Amino acid sequence: MSEPAVKMNWLQTMRERYAHPGALSKIGVLGMNRRNVSYISRYNPRHLFPLVDDKLQTKELALEAGVKVPDLIGVISEQHAVKELSHILQRCSSGFCIKPAHGSGGKGIMVVTRQSEEGYRKSNGQFATISDLERHVSNILAGLFSLGGRADVAIIEDLIHFDDCFSGFSYEGVPDTRVIVFRGFPVMAMMRLSTADSNGKANLHQGAVGVGLDIGDGHALRAVQFDKPILLHPDTGLNMMTLKVPHWEEVLTLAVSCYEMSGLGYLGTDIVLDRFKGPMLLELNARPGLTIQIANGKGLLPRLRQIESLSHKKRMSVADRVAYAREHFTDHR
Amino acid sequence: MASRTPFYILVSLLFLAGTALTLHRHIAFDIPWFPGEQRQTWSIEAKVDFEADGNPVTARLAIPNTQPGFTQLNQQTASPGYGLSFVERESGTYAEWSIREANGDQSLYYKVDMLVDPFAIPDEQVVIPSAKPNVEKEPYATAAQMILDRAIERSSSNYTLARELIHEFNNQEQTAELLAQVKPKTAWISQLLQEAGVPARRIHALELEDGRRRQSLIEYIQVFDGEEYDIFNPETGEQGQAENMLLWQYHSGPVLEVIGATNAQVSYSMISQEQPFNIALNQKFADNEWLNFSLYTLPLEEQAIFKGILLIPVGVLIVVLMRILVGIKTSGTFMPVLIAMAFIQTSLLTGLIGFLLIVGVGLMIRSYLSYLNLLLVARISAVIIMVIGMIAIFSIIAYKFGLTEGMKITFFPMIILAWTIERMSILWEEEGAKQVMIQGGGSLLVAILAYMAMNLDWVRHLTFNFMGIQFILMGLTLVAGSYTGYRLLELKRFKPLTKLDKS
Repeated sequence: MSEPAVKMNWLQTMRERYAHPGALSKIGVLGMNRRNVSYISRYNPRHLFPLVDDKLQTKELALEAGVKVPDLIGVISEQHAVKELSHILQRCSSGFCIKPAHGSGGKGIMVVTRQSEEGYRKSNGQFATISDLERHVSNILAGLFSLGGRADVAIIEDLIHFDDCFSGFSYEGVPDTRVIVFRGFPVMAMMRLSTADSNGKANLHQGAVGVGLDIGDGHALRAVQFDKPILLHPDTGLNMMTLKVPHWEEVLTLAVSCYEMSGLGYLGTDIVLDRFKGPMLLELNARPGLTIQIANGKGLLPRLRQIESLSHKKRMSVADRVAYAREHFTDHR
Repeated sequence: MASRTPFYILVSLLFLAGTALTLHRHIAFDIPWFPGEQRQTWSIEAKVDFEADGNPVTARLAIPNTQPGFTQLNQQTASPGYGLSFVERESGTYAEWSIREANGDQSLYYKVDMLVDPFAIPDEQVVIPSAKPNVEKEPYATAAQMILDRAIERSSSNYTLARELIHEFNNQEQTAELLAQVKPKTAWISQLLQEAGVPARRIHALELEDGRRRQSLIEYIQVFDGEEYDIFNPETGEQGQAENMLLWQYHSGPVLEVIGATNAQVSYSMISQEQPFNIALNQKFADNEWLNFSLYTLPLEEQAIFKGILLIPVGVLIVVLMRILVGIKTSGTFMPVLIAMAFIQTSLLTGLIGFLLIVGVGLMIRSYLSYLNLLLVARISAVIIMVIGMIAIFSIIAYKFGLTEGMKITFFPMIILAWTIERMSILWEEEGAKQVMIQGGGSLLVAILAYMAMNLDWVRHLTFNFMGIQFILMGLTLVAGSYTGYRLLELKRFKPLTKLDKS
């Protein structure tokens, strides 16, 4: 092959693999640099970060603000308090989950669906003894799951009875809805479904499926796994496009009220649907990822700019902002 | 959002200051853009010979200083048994030898290295000689006056008067011969110039030619016109200083004075040398106060340290670019720079093998430590001790097998290695081996790139010699810090979105 031909070939593969920056900015894709410079550092005051990085603080804040969160059963913050775990667990009748306050990406979360004479039944069907749970709590306290290995606090929460409408869409694990809230407006949403690839974790880069949701009514727009579009769930074979999140208005309202409560202008809210209690806030994220754009097949920038261009003087209520977003950020109509 | 104008002003100021400083260094101090450029230096040896007869002897030899065209680098003398000192006098700098008792033929040596330097800055201001009235006996006074009158008639300025005087001495041979009976021609010419109110003096210069021996000084006439001066050849009347003319004595004093001995004479030999510019600069700046801001004023050892330190911004910039423009993930923000610094010490291949060995074995041992469920500080400390142990063991093994290259493993920063192992290990537990490969590979790739940039000869040369480069690097870093465009890897990541758009 001649020299120019090799070069042409190389150019062609490059063109196939890489998008032209102009094409991306035409769609309005938000890049990491712009997210950090123009949104996170501009709208998220640094001193508010600890509020969202610590799940315990987030929970207290949410309770104050009247935002629904899973019930707190107990907190263990000292090694000598680990012995009291069985006492604490008696307070809840059925299932619970133990998680580290500073954990990230779903690490260190142990879900117990039922406690009985035989022991504690974990979500994967195995039984654990009280000493297993105590060891897990010790690990959390030692910082095994927290960022940078800092000493941590273990939180024991009531179990989320997740809504049946998602059965078949998620393999183990809790499906959660991520809503990006920008200056109090829900701008983009996605549902994260765990798969066998992701080991039951809702972490997208570990193989969880991301489903883009329409802000208008919460129906599925597109599904991706490993950044590639898919149609059927890789484990259950269900058509992802049939997915529709119920109580959509409530989900958005919950997400939006997190803006008032946290003060963060560019916020990722993780919401779960409880069968009995409806949407509940799971955690907040001050540095939400960008994959939501791939799941939605859309760039964030046009929506962010639209919100930025809104007049500052006009203070809109939570319901107004939800209504505004539902009207403007939808594929319908 | 706050106005970006102050930011842009700051960045442009940085770029301007950097460029200006760099250009200034290049133009004013003649520091070349590229390393390895050569500079010519002359080594000149003066040999003073005399016959002593048992009396105390004092010998004074005029020695040259830094002057336009030449910078004095270093000087040395060889004179066994003699006391030596350098004395500053009104009539120039002298090397003064002294001895209580000397017998027979004596030889004293003085050697000086002069750097050919168009940008030389003379140590002292040129002192304009003051006119000294001199009363001459007849008929010499009349004869001299005649020549001077002719020359004044045919000239218009100080320089033309000097030229015409020399011509008159050449033309009026008989008068010249008459005058030469009293004192040499050059003395007459400078004296007549002084009488006409033109400051002038005799100077002694050496014509530099490679490999010449037993040369002697040539007399010239230095004529002043205000602050300016020019040099005239008293034989031909030729004006101007040739490039290879080194002024040896230019303060109207004697070249050689020997007290207490006879038959004193001085002869010169010289060689030309090509020296790398940095050696030349080192010597030039070695004892110069006026360029305090140059790193060349530091002792050699500190210079070597600074050579390394000034490279770090280059490595840091590479990291910034790779992370912000390309989007490569590295474990530990600036760990790659420190690894690259270690690679510079060890050479790339040895460094890579050593690094992979230590981190690989370290990860294995660390995976055991994680079973022990230790607190973070204790765990890191344990890893540090483990790394030191591994480095010691690898060094010993390498030495036993005769691989002296392996000894270089000690150049790795141990604390950094420990943290790398710790981070990789956590990453492995949390995200799996794939992420370790991605981040570890990314770190190594950036480290290798930083190493290659920092190891370039001209990068080392530029960062060390031009402080202004640091300002430019700072400016580039700031600009990169406000880049909001896409990263290269994002172009790949978001590719599916563009396909969707078309369908």
